[in-house]
Amino acid sequence: MATLGNSAVSSPAAQALYARRRRGNVVLLTLSFAATIFGLAWLVLILAALLYQGFAGLSLEVFTETTPPPGAAGGLLNAIMGSLVMTIIGVVVGTPIGIMAGTYMAEYGRHNKLTTVVRFINDILLAAPSIVIGLFVYEVVVAPMGHFSAIAGSIALAILVIPVVVRTTEDMLSLVPNTMREATAALGLPRSVMIQKVAYRAAMSGIVTGVLLAIARVSGETAPLLFTALNNQFWSTDLNAPMSSLPVTIFQFALSPYPDWQKLAWSGALLITFTVLALNIVARTFLSPRTSK
Amino acid sequence: MTVSTLQNALPEKISIKNLKFFYGDNLALKSINLPLYEKKVTAFIGPSGCGKSTLLRVLNRMYDLYPKQHAEGEVLFDGGNILAPNQDLNLLRARIGMVFQKPTPFPMSIYDNIAFGIRLYENLSRTEMDERVEAALTRGALWNEVKDKLHSSGLSLSGGQQQRLCIARSIAVRPEVVLFDEPCSALDPISTSKIEELIDELTADYTIAIVTHNMQQAARVSDYTAFMYLGELIEFDETSKIFTAPSDKRTQDYITGRFG
Repeated sequence: MATLGNSAVSSPAAQALYARRRRGNVVLLTLSFAATIFGLAWLVLILAALLYQGFAGLSLEVFTETTPPPGAAGGLLNAIMGSLVMTIIGVVVGTPIGIMAGTYMAEYGRHNKLTTVVRFINDILLAAPSIVIGLFVYEVVVAPMGHFSAIAGSIALAILVIPVVVRTTEDMLSLVPNTMREATAALGLPRSVMIQKVAYRAAMSGIVTGVLLAIARVSGETAPLLFTALNNQFWSTDLNAPMSSLPVTIFQFALSPYPDWQKLAWSGALLITFTVLALNIVARTFLSPRTSK
Repeated sequence: MTVSTLQNALPEKISIKNLKFFYGDNLALKSINLPLYEKKVTAFIGPSGCGKSTLLRVLNRMYDLYPKQHAEGEVLFDGGNILAPNQDLNLLRARIGMVFQKPTPFPMSIYDNIAFGIRLYENLSRTEMDERVEAALTRGALWNEVKDKLHSSGLSLSGGQQQRLCIARSIAVRPEVVLFDEPCSALDPISTSKIEELIDELTADYTIAIVTHNMQQAARVSDYTAFMYLGELIEFDETSKIFTAPSDKRTQDYITGRFG
């Protein structure tokens, strides 16, 4: 090291200590780099296998024909449609409930006990294994109705959507600075106007992101649908009947001994992965800070 | 506290009587008695934590947004006690506007920033609204700078312009009193002098209270000055008197920079 006069770092003891710290830094850097590579490698392998196998089976028929019996040609049309229908209903039902609950927690009940309790329960719900939600809906909807149905599947998905939306709505509204609330109140505007015209506007991109992430989450869910909508080999848009979905079809086909079915399962997996990936990318662009309009 | 020879005929727009303010159990204002004279500028000065912003926030009951804060005593505004529990806060705040330390434009266009508050209380036609917005922006000394971009975002303006937008927004709802909470502390000197000129012009129509850390600013813009220290009102008098011949030693120490 260059001489630094009488400063403390120029003493031999200090230099030895510094050299040891530098070695420690190199070791830690190497270890964390290796851990990152190890973690990423699996993701890359999974994606590579998915792309390779999925594209092999991807054809126009996947989108135009319904699921075939073993040994015959066919596609995933009914499964794609079923996933769309149940996801849309689940999101349409779950989003308003989630946004309103999140709004209550961030704007009206920020300081009260109810909010603390709800936030705690919501966090549990957020982390609950989705199969538990499936069993719950089986007990309260499927069992009394006596049969599996798309409605039950949609309800299960809605229950999965709610905690995600509650959480992001509350978080995003909490990020809206209090000065904004004060500024609105200072004009004599009631709180409801403040929430609708100012807070939602400021938190809009974050809330939209939360909804997109919720869609991404539920569109890949298998377990809750297995107990609720079950599956359907045929084209069906009857909400009162069992309905096919991509995740359940993939689950069923991938476990089957038939090569045709396995191929379709790969294609389905590829479709879901791309949808979720696209949703995540869109969500990210929404969340990224935008320059002034 | 000494109120010297002020017992003249000036009408009191707001009369603060025996005001105590609590943050939880913490007494932040100790029996404040203070008049705000109609169409005059009253400056609140004092070291950080003396309660001057707290006092300002009592006047439009801004503290009501937060739990565990409460005020005791009386604040008479045109004869009615604004601390009364049945006081309609939205109506009160429409009559007593406030401008904050940091500019707080809403995330919407310049036009809508102004029209937003008006729409709630008045049903105006498109042309009437255009006129009101222009009048408010003109009054806020901003019209010439933004007349060609009324529909671009309020956030695209500079800090000084944003603050003038906020002032224009406050006066657009036609308040009687405007409270300024350190309106220039986030602004550069040129923007500051524009805001000060503006405050000067506004006294023709409005009663103004301004909290400031800047003693020169208090001396420049205000007619009356209240010096506060540790939650007490130490001295209230004409600004010229406070800055040339204060009667309390603490006031003198503060304005000469010996503490604070």
